[in-house]
Amino acid sequence: MRRLINLKPDRGASFLLGALPFVLLLLVYLVASGARLAENPNDKLLPAFSSFAAAIQRMAFEPDARSGQYLLWADTAASLTRLGLGLGIATLAGLVFGILIGVLPYVRAVFAPLVAVLSLIPPMAILPILFITFGLDELSKVMLIVIGVAPFLIRDLSARVLEMPGELVIKAQTLGASTWQIIVRVVLPQMLPRLIDSVRLSLGPAWLFLISAEAIAATNGLGYRIFLVRRYLAMDVILPYVAWITLLAFLIDFLLRLLNARCFPWLARNAR
Amino acid sequence: MSAVEIRNLWKEYGDQVVLERINLSVPSGEFCALIGPSGCGKTTFLRMMLGMEQPTRGTVTLDGAPLPKEPGPDRGVVFQRYSVFPHLTVLENVLLGLEFERSPLLGKLFGARRRASVPEANAVIEEVGLRDSVDKYPGELSGGMQQRLAIAQTLVRRPKVLLLDEPFGALDAGTKVQMYELVRRLWRENGMTVFMVTHDVKEGFALATRVLAFDKVRRDPQAPGAYGANITYDLPLNAKAERRDLMERLRVKSEAG
Repeated sequence: MRRLINLKPDRGASFLLGALPFVLLLLVYLVASGARLAENPNDKLLPAFSSFAAAIQRMAFEPDARSGQYLLWADTAASLTRLGLGLGIATLAGLVFGILIGVLPYVRAVFAPLVAVLSLIPPMAILPILFITFGLDELSKVMLIVIGVAPFLIRDLSARVLEMPGELVIKAQTLGASTWQIIVRVVLPQMLPRLIDSVRLSLGPAWLFLISAEAIAATNGLGYRIFLVRRYLAMDVILPYVAWITLLAFLIDFLLRLLNARCFPWLARNAR
Repeated sequence: MSAVEIRNLWKEYGDQVVLERINLSVPSGEFCALIGPSGCGKTTFLRMMLGMEQPTRGTVTLDGAPLPKEPGPDRGVVFQRYSVFPHLTVLENVLLGLEFERSPLLGKLFGARRRASVPEANAVIEEVGLRDSVDKYPGELSGGMQQRLAIAQTLVRRPKVLLLDEPFGALDAGTKVQMYELVRRLWRENGMTVFMVTHDVKEGFALATRVLAFDKVRRDPQAPGAYGANITYDLPLNAKAERRDLMERLRVKSEAG
C-alpha cells in the first residue's frame, strides 16, 4: 500500500468525485422536500423543483404586473452595474495608490498608515454614514463596495510591489530608466496580473457589500428582491436567485482568470 | 575612458565599520576581481560603486567626476539572480535599455523607430549567443542563458564600468567555463572597466587582470565591528598578455597626452 499522499485520482475520477457532493446535496434536498410536501402540500420551506421552474418562469420570462419589467433581468442589470462600478473604481484606486505607495518612499510615508487604518474600519459600520452623505441612491451602494474593497487592494498591491526583487529596479536604473519609465515598463506590467488576482479574491466581499446595501435601501437589485420576497417566505424565488448570484460570481471569476491567462502569457511560460 | 579613483573610502553602519581607508586607482579597461571571505565588505564596495549606497567618508571618482549618488547607465550591473525582467522576452529585455534612452515618455518604441532599434539589440544578442532564443521568456532559459541575457541587456547601453556581483555563483562548472570565455571576449572587445565580486579565488585569477583581496587587517575580539576591512592584497597579474597590452596602451596615451 502506497502512502495516501501518493494516491492520485485520474481526470475522470476527479470529475466524478467532484460531482459527488453536489449530487448528494441534491438528493438530500429532494428527499427532504418530498417528505415535507407529502405532509403539507402548501409547505413553503423546501419547494419542489416544479415550483422553482414556475418561479423562474414568472421572474425571468413574464413582465411584472406592476412595473412591466422582467424582474430577474432588471435586478441583474441593476446589481451588476453597481458591482461593476464599485469594483472598477476600487481596482483603479488599488492600481494607482498601490503602485505609488510601493514605488515611492515619500508617498508610502504619507499614505501607508492611513490606508492601514482605513482598511480596519468595518465597511458595514459606516454604511449609515454613506446613506447620510451620499443619499439612498446608487452612489452610496457603489461607495460601500469601493470603501470595502479598495483598502485591501491598495495594501495588497503595494506589498506585492515591495516584494519585487530590488535587483530589478536597480537594473532598470543602470539601463537609464527614469522613475516614470520604471513604473510603466517594469512595475506596472508585472503588477497587473497580481492586481487581477486580488480583484478575484475581493469578489466575495464585494458581493457581500452589494447585497447588504441593496437589502437595506434599494428599489431593485438581486439583494433587494431576495429580502423583499423573504416576507412571503418565497423560497421558490430566493433559492433560484441565490443560485443565479453564485453563477454570476463564478462567471466573473472565470472571466478574470481567462483575462490573466490571455493578457500575460509570460506568467504561464515562466512557470513551466 | 573609464578610470576609477578611490580616495580614503570608509563605510560604517552605526558603530559597525565595514570598510576603512580604501585607496585604489584603477586605470581604464582594467578587469578587477574582488575576492575575500564572506562579510568582508566586497559586496558593500560594489554597491557603493553602483550608487545603491553612499560612502560614509571619502570619494569615488569616475574619469575625474564624482560618482552620482544613484545607479545610472554609465555603470552596468549583473547580479547573481533577478537580473532580467521576467515579463519581457529576450529581445524585449535587450531592447529595453534602448527604449529607455530613446522614448522618455513611454519607455517603449513603436513602428519604424522600433524597427530601427531592433537590429542593434539583435547584434548584442548575437554576441552573447542567444540568437535562437530571442522570443523566449527568461523563465524558459537555463541559468547560464539568463546570465548571458543579463550581460547582453547591460552591454546594449555601452556602460563605462561593468559591475558583476557573483555572476556565475549559481551556475554549474561546465557553464561557468563557457561564461568565462564570453565575459573575457566581451571585455576585450568593449574595453570597459570591470569589477567582479567572487568568492571563487580561481575564478578571480582566471578572469581578471588584477585581483583585489579584501580582509580585516585589525581585529578587536571585544568589539568585532570596531575595525573594517581593507584591500590587503592588490595583485596586478602582469604575466597576462591582456594586462601588458593594457599598460602599454596607457603608457602610449600618457606620452601622447
